[in-house]
Amino acid sequence: MPLPPLNDRMITGEQSYATIDQSISSMIIDQKRHTRPWWIMFCFGIMGTGLLGVAITWLVYQGVGIWGNNVPTAWAFDIVNFVWWIGIGHAGTLISAVLLLLRQPWRNSINRFSEAMTIFAVMCAGMFPLLHTGRPWVAIYWLFPYPNIMGLWPQFRSPLMWDVFAVSTYFTVSLLFWYMGLVPDFATLRDQSKNRYTRVLLAVACLGWRGSNQHWHRYEQAYLILAGLSTPLVLSVHSIVSFDFASSIVPGWNVTVFPPYFVAGAVFAGFAMVLTFAIPIRKLYKLEDLITDRHIDWMAKITLATGLIVSYGYTLEMFYAWYSGNPHEWDMTYLRRLTGPYSWAYWSLIICNVVAPQAFWIPWCRRNLVVVMIVCQFVSMGMWLERFVIIPMSLTANYLPSANRMYYPTVWDFAMFAGTIGFFITLMFLFIRFMPVINIFEVKDLLYKMLGHHDTQVSEAPVEMPEPAVGRSF
Amino acid sequence: MAQIFRPSANSVAKLSLICFAIGVPTVWLAIAGLSRSPANTKQDVPLNQPVPFSHQHHTWELGIDCRYCHTSVEKSSYAGLPSTETCMSCHSQIWTNSPMLEPVRQSYETNTPIQWNLVNKVPQFVYFNHSIHIARGLNCNICHGPVNEMQITWKGNSFQMAWCLQCHRAPERYLTENITRPGQSPREQVFNLYWELQKKGVKGLTIKQRDEARGEFTGSDDAEDLAKGRELVKKYGIKVQQLADCGVCHH
Repeated sequence: MPLPPLNDRMITGEQSYATIDQSISSMIIDQKRHTRPWWIMFCFGIMGTGLLGVAITWLVYQGVGIWGNNVPTAWAFDIVNFVWWIGIGHAGTLISAVLLLLRQPWRNSINRFSEAMTIFAVMCAGMFPLLHTGRPWVAIYWLFPYPNIMGLWPQFRSPLMWDVFAVSTYFTVSLLFWYMGLVPDFATLRDQSKNRYTRVLLAVACLGWRGSNQHWHRYEQAYLILAGLSTPLVLSVHSIVSFDFASSIVPGWNVTVFPPYFVAGAVFAGFAMVLTFAIPIRKLYKLEDLITDRHIDWMAKITLATGLIVSYGYTLEMFYAWYSGNPHEWDMTYLRRLTGPYSWAYWSLIICNVVAPQAFWIPWCRRNLVVVMIVCQFVSMGMWLERFVIIPMSLTANYLPSANRMYYPTVWDFAMFAGTIGFFITLMFLFIRFMPVINIFEVKDLLYKMLGHHDTQVSEAPVEMPEPAVGRSF
Repeated sequence: MAQIFRPSANSVAKLSLICFAIGVPTVWLAIAGLSRSPANTKQDVPLNQPVPFSHQHHTWELGIDCRYCHTSVEKSSYAGLPSTETCMSCHSQIWTNSPMLEPVRQSYETNTPIQWNLVNKVPQFVYFNHSIHIARGLNCNICHGPVNEMQITWKGNSFQMAWCLQCHRAPERYLTENITRPGQSPREQVFNLYWELQKKGVKGLTIKQRDEARGEFTGSDDAEDLAKGRELVKKYGIKVQQLADCGVCHH
């Protein structure tokens, strides 16, 4: 039986500007909306953060020897986690910048928290290469070029150096973009807040925003410029991350298709993570009218599309290992991936990233939130496994068979990884509690257009001019 | 609704932006400046010693060779500090009652070394070797400053890596020859500067030699000197390509 079509409205239910304020800004103003589930997740996050603290302290005290990394596998969990986290951030940038430039209004209700996700994910990611150096307190002079007392510069020809710039640029631009968007919302909250201290704090945070025409004009200009700056970053950051591997001569790393395949994988993992957070939060805070089933459906479709690109990447990787005629490449593919001690990782990756997302071809699966959640977990796991398959697995076997050595992670490898997940959850839930989780003014703008003042895109049938403050049902 | 801030808040906001724009580079430059200043490097800062030993008196006024006390400078990585017996080779005969020398006599009697404070030091991960620098004819004062003028010894240069690399990246700017009799090896040439200084005085030296003696020599860009330097690089077989490799000093 065919399913009834989805409501194409991007805001559903009986809505007025006041109800939007009610559903979004009350999450900050009325702290009572945060009930037990918030505390449970927050405690869960704090426990993870504590674990991270212990893992980092022990690491700094004892050195990187507590990890399973050892020659020939010098890059292992630390780099896997770095690439995984960086990838997760990409959905945020894609949603906020690329979809803005493509004038996709459905981004308006999901861009804010996916941008927050980007920032928190990059924070988690950034920890790993710093700690990987073993002495993070001196990493600044290993990483950043500045005229130092050693008369030394980093190796500008190394992709590792480009990586430093790619990631730090990415973090800076994402942070600015996120904060820019928050300014008008902070002003709204300032005007609504009753508490004096909150008001002062918000007034400082919104940089004295008064909502004048000039303010809005400049805001729109600056926002577009930042969107223009972020858009190439969606492609460049993960391309450069992939150069870390692609420009080497390690079999399994030296693959030309890596840059586009990494970028697609990043967006793939990112959308899975956005869905993982969006689905419970919209339920918990009753935001179903703002993040509608249509949104979930679209995001599931993007996940499917990027998943197909990634699957194509796996196919190409295997094809070229054979077609290149390079025996080392083929040994890596056949003896280390399809068969061999780590084949479980490769086949799990195929199940998670290639098989599982195929469910999204079926409309019923895209609308069933439980299925969407399950597929997203598979994707997150699969993308982690993909990096595991590429990074440490390729290093365990090389040109010299005598140097082959299995890689085994230690408990500290897992502790660091679990710790960053906890840290991420902590930051996300603090964000949900203290910052507007959905862009208030953009949703209001959307509603304004939907109410029929300017409408070109949203309502096909001409609608009567209602009073702006009166709620309308969509 | 009442305003949260007074109009003056605008000025405060603008001022804070200016402070930020000025403050960040200022802090950055201050750190850069401090880390290069004598406050950090201890360059030119005399260091107190258990016995107020004067290099100026012993080397310039009395004309004692550096190697009389720093015996291993030509043969080993470490120049060596004199044992109390070395001091006593003279001071058992002269200034035997000087109160300043009491710690020396004390050390000799109790058979415990004098604990000198180290003036010139490099980190443990730097494998500096004196002998090779002497064997290439590098004068003591180029690195250690005007030791022959020091009452209480101080560090003549910063000993920061960028300073070492000035020569390691362009040795031809520093290498010189100072032959006073035929067939002198570079090792023997090192000390000629001091003999000449003793003989002719500061005014009798060439400008370059004067700079060297004063510890002010920071390489020569003079075409003739450079040509000579390149010739010496070739003659000594110095592999300039490798001279600034990490492993040269950090093994």
